[in-house]
Amino acid sequence: MKIKYFAASILVAIGLWGCGAETEQAQPVGGLSGQELAENQVLRWGNGAEPGSLDPHRTQGVPGSNIGRDLFEGLMSEAPDGTVIAGAAESWEISDDGKTYRFSLRPEARWSNGDPVTADDFVYSLRRSLDPATLSNYTFILNPILNAEAAAGQLPTTDVGVRALDTYTLEIQLENTTPYFLGLLTHSASYPVHPPSAEAHGNQYARPGNLVSNGAYRLEEWVVQSHVKLVRNQNYWDDANTTINEVWYYPTEDQTAELSRFRAGELDLSNAIPKRQVDWIRENLRDELVISPYLGAYYFGFNVTRPPFQNSPELRRALALAVDREIIAGQVTNAGEVPAYGWVPPVQNYTGQQMPEAAWTQQERVQEARRLYALAGYSEENPLRTRILYNTQEDHKRIAVAIASMWKQTLGVEVEILNQEWKVFLDTRQQMIETEIYRSGWIGDYNDAYTFAELFASGGGLNHTGYSSPDYDRLLREASAEGDMKRRAELLQQAERVLLEDLPIMPLYFYVTARMVRPWVGGFTPNIMDHHRSKNFHILKH
Amino acid sequence: MFRYATRRLLGALPTLLILLAMAFFLIRVAPGGPFDAERALLPEIEANLRAAYHLDEPLYQQFGRYLWGLLHADFGPSFQYRDFSVTELIMTGFPVSLRLGGSAMALALLLGITAGSIAALRQNTRADYAVMSASMTGISIPNFVMAPLLILVFAVYLGWLPAGGLGDGSPRNMVLPVIALALPQIAYISRLTRGSMIEVLRSNFIRTARAQGLPMHKIVLRHALKPALLPVVSYLGPATAAVITGSVVIEQIFGVPGLGRFFVQGALNRDYTLVMGVVVFYGVLIIVFNLLVDLAYAWLDPKVKYS
Repeated sequence: MKIKYFAASILVAIGLWGCGAETEQAQPVGGLSGQELAENQVLRWGNGAEPGSLDPHRTQGVPGSNIGRDLFEGLMSEAPDGTVIAGAAESWEISDDGKTYRFSLRPEARWSNGDPVTADDFVYSLRRSLDPATLSNYTFILNPILNAEAAAGQLPTTDVGVRALDTYTLEIQLENTTPYFLGLLTHSASYPVHPPSAEAHGNQYARPGNLVSNGAYRLEEWVVQSHVKLVRNQNYWDDANTTINEVWYYPTEDQTAELSRFRAGELDLSNAIPKRQVDWIRENLRDELVISPYLGAYYFGFNVTRPPFQNSPELRRALALAVDREIIAGQVTNAGEVPAYGWVPPVQNYTGQQMPEAAWTQQERVQEARRLYALAGYSEENPLRTRILYNTQEDHKRIAVAIASMWKQTLGVEVEILNQEWKVFLDTRQQMIETEIYRSGWIGDYNDAYTFAELFASGGGLNHTGYSSPDYDRLLREASAEGDMKRRAELLQQAERVLLEDLPIMPLYFYVTARMVRPWVGGFTPNIMDHHRSKNFHILKH
Repeated sequence: MFRYATRRLLGALPTLLILLAMAFFLIRVAPGGPFDAERALLPEIEANLRAAYHLDEPLYQQFGRYLWGLLHADFGPSFQYRDFSVTELIMTGFPVSLRLGGSAMALALLLGITAGSIAALRQNTRADYAVMSASMTGISIPNFVMAPLLILVFAVYLGWLPAGGLGDGSPRNMVLPVIALALPQIAYISRLTRGSMIEVLRSNFIRTARAQGLPMHKIVLRHALKPALLPVVSYLGPATAAVITGSVVIEQIFGVPGLGRFFVQGALNRDYTLVMGVVVFYGVLIIVFNLLVDLAYAWLDPKVKYS
């Protein structure tokens, strides 16, 4: 039996925009509240760092992805609340074994130059994304596709499991059942590029004048370190339901400067807030501060390949229990972060696991920590001497200092705190020679527990602990091949429990996004991925 | 003078080559590489990236390739800003930095020389103390404190000027960054002018001029100012080169797309070609401005002659 999914986006569109009505001044009216709209529909975002590239297959990092979501539309898209909905594909079918996806594209979808968006365009684009010559950093996102991993060098990209059945039907074959595959198709690595433009301009495809895109906006200007200006793509299939005419993205690396620009009325939404001013903001700009959960986890890793943390789970647990996470999240970071006793943040279709001690009082945890510390052979006379390594940044420093003092107070641990510049830190951490304890954080690539679970597979790209557990690896493999969602979640939960039993890492807190939003910005819906599309926004009259 | 200038420029080529070689090898010695990221890349992808940017070649070969590119005015592709070449990035950033830095230096010269001269003429009076205290404050308060203060007062509270960005390129957007950039320069220049003006005013030829009954403003403008400016001009060479190649603090706080941020971001991201490009550009500017300073000496001081 095949399951047929229909375009939920149409319903969302009706729900969001259908309540509009004309006013006496012939002002457009719409948005969730049905309030009167401003004449000037221009949205100005603070966007953090300058994007490295706007080519969807070559971009990396959050700022480029933010702009990419306005410029391009993958087969799938996301509703304002982050739910995966139909994008360039209006419907799709999944085979019984969960390995073949057949997408029906919207015949009305157009590139910004008016060309139709076809299945061949997607075949070209997915192959381009996987082609080693494209130099994409995110090919692993497409790894579930048949032969995608082999396309890195062993096989030609024409052998990848993607083909056009006709002009508007695309078939993708997977290696294994991948329940979160539709979510991956909202990632920039899966976006289509306009084949004639990409071929003609090569590395310069993503420049104003060259960039032909299929999203709600097209690239009008890009002045590096100044701004990116997008204007409405009149050829976008859902342009009738788009309200914002112009979108400006400003690089705003300095958060204090960004807050000033927001307060001076130059930004409608900020990218972040300066953490040290959070109390002042709460007091003075309460109505404009929006804090919501974010798909990220902050943790300290132990290098388990060398003493003192090698073969010493009780010592790792003692240190993990001696940290008062309520103080870290409540007083050190202080922007509403959630104390973490487990590894996986609250993702969809999954209930996160916690260390058994999560339900205890901090006093009980400290008692247990002292017992385990002694069991590991340490005492006041013979204290553990270790070091924490972090990348130079004020917030990381404050956390490291707080944790070191907690360990000193409760266990008598002597901690040396070392900081290194980012690239040096990455290098040191990867070598796993000098590091004993290091700080790290991870933002999920997609809304599924697997994006966190896979990190600590043996030899994983971010596994700088050196942790290698046959049980953990087996559970991950089984989960990857499992088609039944419930069973798969159970396997991932078992894996998380193994991780929390071995504790090669010490989870500290789950991230939040904290940003300033003008009261007249309509359509802003916080979601755990912090993915937003300007087409869902509108500016109210103010 | 033309022959002198040509000789100086040709003589600067070895200096530039040494600078290039040092920058080229030092940035590569720094731990970490351009493609290091939170999540390590697949080895195949990293190998492809290294091959695409010729980082898999021996160092001497990379250096030769770089020099060959330079001869053809090609600074290479940026590793970080992958849609642009380094030449394009410099050509985008430099006009902005030049406009900003040039305006700041002009303002600094005008106000600095005037304030310094007034302080020298009114030595040990309230005017002198006021100018010197203000300049001491200007030197002591760093840019990263002054710039946010200016934004807070003039953009956030008073709403007179924009807080950041270039906007539509109107001069209003340049006012605060120019002031923030100029303030420490005004301070330095006024102190230098005061010191040397006091010295000049005590010299014999000025005393003679005064004895002949010339009015003070004529003495200062016609006779004292030119020699008093010599130390200022020496300072101006490297200072102008530094100011017009951008200030990372000012650019970051005011969101100005100048060259300064490329320097710092390039170094932090191990964007080898971008760092090299900015170093070469900066090196050439320093050489040119030092030459201009030396030529200005000949104009200011009749004792100096170049042949």
